[in-house]
Amino acid sequence: MSVAAVEPATAAGETLLKVENVSLSFGGVRAIRDVSFDIRRGEIRAIIGPNGAGKTSMLNVINGFYHPQAGRITYKGATRRRMRPHQAAAQGVARTFQNVALFKGMTTLDNILTGRTLRMHKSFFWQLWRYGPALNEEIEHRKYCEEIIDFLEIERIRKEPVGRLPYGLQKRVELGRALAMQPDLLLLDEPMAGMNLEEKEDMSRFILDVNAEFGTTIALIEHDIGVVMDLSDRIVVLDYGNKIADGKPDEVRSDQKVIDAYLGVVH
Amino acid sequence: MSFVYSIFVDPFVQMIGAPDLLVQTLWEGLVGGVLYALIALGFVLIFKASGVFNFAQGIMMVFAALTLVGLHEKGVPAFLALALTILVMFALALAVERVILRPLVNQPDIILFMATFGLTYVLIGLGELVFGGNPKNMITSELLLPSGSLDFKTLGGLVSLQKIDIAAAIIASLMVAVLALFFQKTRIGRALRAVADDHQAALSVGISLDQIWVIVWFTAGLVALATGIMWGARSNVSFALEIIALKALPVLILGGLTSVPGAIVGGLIIGIGEKLGEFYWGPLVGGGIESWLAYFIALAVLLFRPQGLFGEKIIERI
Repeated sequence: MSVAAVEPATAAGETLLKVENVSLSFGGVRAIRDVSFDIRRGEIRAIIGPNGAGKTSMLNVINGFYHPQAGRITYKGATRRRMRPHQAAAQGVARTFQNVALFKGMTTLDNILTGRTLRMHKSFFWQLWRYGPALNEEIEHRKYCEEIIDFLEIERIRKEPVGRLPYGLQKRVELGRALAMQPDLLLLDEPMAGMNLEEKEDMSRFILDVNAEFGTTIALIEHDIGVVMDLSDRIVVLDYGNKIADGKPDEVRSDQKVIDAYLGVVH
Repeated sequence: MSFVYSIFVDPFVQMIGAPDLLVQTLWEGLVGGVLYALIALGFVLIFKASGVFNFAQGIMMVFAALTLVGLHEKGVPAFLALALTILVMFALALAVERVILRPLVNQPDIILFMATFGLTYVLIGLGELVFGGNPKNMITSELLLPSGSLDFKTLGGLVSLQKIDIAAAIIASLMVAVLALFFQKTRIGRALRAVADDHQAALSVGISLDQIWVIVWFTAGLVALATGIMWGARSNVSFALEIIALKALPVLILGGLTSVPGAIVGGLIIGIGEKLGEFYWGPLVGGGIESWLAYFIALAVLLFRPQGLFGEKIIERI
């Protein structure tokens, strides 16, 4: 763990992202209905809920894939109605995907290097020849990525095309790519889906380490309630696009609405 | 028996008997092959970055060459015309992104493919409208490209290398090398491959699709310009050149649609193969096999390696 040049967690508790009265629908399907919550700097915030509750849609709204029909999103003090995904990325929002969206033909190292895209500035001209400033820049970023690879313990697969890796490792590479962006806000969509117990423990450890050592704010979606309760500082519970609970793990655990949603009480 | 002999023995006897002719044939095949590789490279660039087979690549080559020559005819100095043509190719890339690609984001590949058909006819029309439809001569000497030939008295005969062919081979090899490196080892190169693999993931790491597409089409336009100058110098500049671009199809099938080295090796195999085939085996069937041998080779490759010699293996986890 020696990734250099990390911004320290500034004043934990200050609001980093605020979602207010957001509604999103696709034709007649109302995926999110009037949901509000906030994410504080430095915390691990979980979004849980049964299948189809609107969790992934919520992440997609935050990083600009979807544009909500109503509501406001305030990120780092600036309020906006719509933002394009690469703008969100430029402002420090990184994410992973539920179904692993890696660049399958590329190696682990190249995948992680794409995370540095926004931090590489040398011009097209130099890049074309891969000479001079562009080469120095390449080396510097390569070093950073090697440190991430070290941190995630994936040295063995540095040069493997990721399409060939087992699922658990692909998830880890995807986390690596997001970390390479040095994000302020890291969105993880089911980081532990489809993993065995050992892999889940590893992933949990990485998430906690990232949060503790880089001070990265994390919002995660996860189905394994045990893991969520252990990892997160606060939890938002969605059901059918509505927010039904919001609070510390213990409060959420004992909330009657949450129990009903998970046990499938008739609405 | 004599038929088998004439296929499997006689041509090789001829090759050894007249090494000067063999070297001459190999050289011509090599130059043709390098140029095929360059055209194929234009296709590969766009295919890699947007998953679209750009049917208009051939016409982009003609259009670039025509713009260059046409501007010169209108009195623009040669190198200024070259610079202006590069600008025109950049404008074309911008226009393609804005007018064709952006509105068709997330559409099936076949839709984009059809759109490139449309682009082909727009470019043909535009080219004829502005510069006329008559064949033109490439401004070879004005661009300081060499002409004439180098003759070697060797191997018991005469081997003659056209200087323009030597220049073409050198320039094409350089471009191919630079592009291969660019694709593998730089930020933009990685971004291009990333966009081809997964749009959503590419967006999430901050890659702007619009910008990448402009870069790709501009690079393909530059490749088209270089190819246009070289082919134009060997024959002349007219829309008939587009037929040559179609030769890139077997090259692509042979080398694999996604592979830069594949485009190069495929181009060389096709270029040399068709010259040798024409010269030594052609007479057996009355000649003229040069025009279809390439497709025959490609077909054979398709049977055994559908992804081409160097194409990405299709990995599918279950």
